[in-house]
Amino acid sequence: MAAVISVRDLVKTYDVGEVKVHALRGVTLDIEPGEFVAATGPSGSGKSTLMHILGCLDHPTSGQYLLDGRDVAKLTRNELADVRNKKIGFVFQGFNLLSRTSALDNVELPLLYTDKSMKTAERHKRAMAALTAVGLADRAHHHPNQLSGGQQQRVAIARALINQPSLILADEPTGNLDSRTSVEVMGIFQRLNAEQGITVLLITHESDIAEYSTRIVSFKDGRIKDDHPVTSRRDAQTELALMPVVA
Amino acid sequence: MSPVMTTRIALKALARNKMRTALTMLGMIIGVSAVITLVGLGNGAQARIEAQIKAGGTNLVTINAGNFTANGVRGGVGAASTMTVDDVEAIRDEVPNVQYITPGVNTRGQVIAGNQNWSTRVQGTDVDFPLIREWPIRYGSFFSTQDVSGAAKVAVLGKTVSDQLFGPDVDPTGQIIRVRNQPFKVIGVMGSKGQAGMGDDQDDTLFAPYTTVQKKLMGQQYIQSITLSASNANATGDVANAVSVVMRTQHKLANGDPDDFTVRTQEDIAEIRTAALDTMTNLLAGIAGVSLIVGGIGIMNIMLVSVTERTREIGIRMAIGAKGWDVQLQFLVEAIVISLLGGGIGIALGFGMADLATRFWDFPTQVPPKAVIMAFGFSAATGVIFGFYPARKAAALDPIVALRYE
Repeated sequence: MAAVISVRDLVKTYDVGEVKVHALRGVTLDIEPGEFVAATGPSGSGKSTLMHILGCLDHPTSGQYLLDGRDVAKLTRNELADVRNKKIGFVFQGFNLLSRTSALDNVELPLLYTDKSMKTAERHKRAMAALTAVGLADRAHHHPNQLSGGQQQRVAIARALINQPSLILADEPTGNLDSRTSVEVMGIFQRLNAEQGITVLLITHESDIAEYSTRIVSFKDGRIKDDHPVTSRRDAQTELALMPVVA
Repeated sequence: MSPVMTTRIALKALARNKMRTALTMLGMIIGVSAVITLVGLGNGAQARIEAQIKAGGTNLVTINAGNFTANGVRGGVGAASTMTVDDVEAIRDEVPNVQYITPGVNTRGQVIAGNQNWSTRVQGTDVDFPLIREWPIRYGSFFSTQDVSGAAKVAVLGKTVSDQLFGPDVDPTGQIIRVRNQPFKVIGVMGSKGQAGMGDDQDDTLFAPYTTVQKKLMGQQYIQSITLSASNANATGDVANAVSVVMRTQHKLANGDPDDFTVRTQEDIAEIRTAALDTMTNLLAGIAGVSLIVGGIGIMNIMLVSVTERTREIGIRMAIGAKGWDVQLQFLVEAIVISLLGGGIGIALGFGMADLATRFWDFPTQVPPKAVIMAFGFSAATGVIFGFYPARKAAALDPIVALRYE
């Protein structure tokens, strides 16, 4: 099966005044459909830059990036927007929800840019289904500032799922969450990966979080240092069952 | 995104900053309402003047002596002493469809009755004058053909003069008054005609046979004007043209010589008077229009601030699939909503202020539909023009830069 993500010699250099920052110094990586990959490494190792490029938010300085076999460099701005809209679901460390906008409206947002003719009722139905899938149906009309960090992140996951993407890019999704909520969020990713076969690329600097994946790619100084499968994979469901319930 | 959703999102965004939205709109509101009010006042005044002048009779034609040129120096209307009663006779004989005609000789004079005195306009006319102007007689009668041919010292008073000399509601017929120290016998008083188009009191006058005014008061042979009525309003233009031809022949003007007289219909006079006012109205509306531009700049300013403030929101929207066009449209629609809403409120306010002017100062106002459509179109255009740059700026943002913006 063809790789979902296939990058060759990816280089990204930032021009900051007179200094050149080499964020990526030639990364070659293939991710197969249905994989759950964790990219780890200290801050400044280039993993976030890689995610932005893979998410079609940023352009590489050089190198090739094939997404589902298509060369991303040849896509126009609008085509990239379409890719982000339909093919990729983003989950950010800082949630990136629209404030003063209900959870339901936040989840619906990608649909507004997908199909102009979709009826409002249909949009609501799909957004509710996505919120139900992350266990937040009863918080649909709350605004982000009325939700806990874990709940906000689940809203963000519901938003990432609304267009049934084949790929989820999660940038430090547990960075702002306590340990129990982190496990909950990882549980959702594991479930999506196992049940719907969605490819997940998780960026994290926490090695224990990386162990929820099936393969760990570690970065250092803009290069891949190590790439190995996870031998003893953690399972969020079982861990949650053993955890004491917090009132 | 569908237009309905775009508008809904724009309204939501504007509702979040009500105070700011209201203040931004204020610029448009003031500009549009000022234009509407001023145009309303101008047009109302114009309509009133037009109505008053036309009330003088649409079949009237006035011929004034003038356009006199001597050695290159051109005199104004009335400067030439070229018109005589012969011209009146010629017009009466040669121009068809002339109903009534009268020469006019005007002067001013001090009028004394008993211990009262009053300075007024003395108009020398022929017997048909009241018929031409459709001016009723209140007491007594107008002077007769015999009075005219005999240059009799008889006077018919305008209502104001009669009121000033004898008091209101007094019939002064038969009394003797002195006009420029010559005794005249009052034989009648005219009914009230009110103010003329430009506000002067038409009743502040005294009528006497034109022969009397020429010989006894002024000592000259010329006349200053001729007033005639066409037999029907439709023939007025033709009559005016024919009068010009007859007058040129009478005055032996060669081809190419300028007229030494001016022929005007009541319609012409109305046009001249209102044209001046029209210029004034346009000027005022233009000045008010400047405030529309100021309002537009206010919108642009606030939209630029808004784009900067919401850079992160723009980044989020782009990350989940908004195209540049979607973002541009979102901000453009916000600007247009502000300007149209402001324009709408401004139009309503303009109508309100025009209405107040009518109610409290009895000033006639008339807001033409054209002005409303233009004001609305202008505010829409303002939104598009001044919203375009900020919206463009938002759309051109790099997704990753916008997303990382703090």
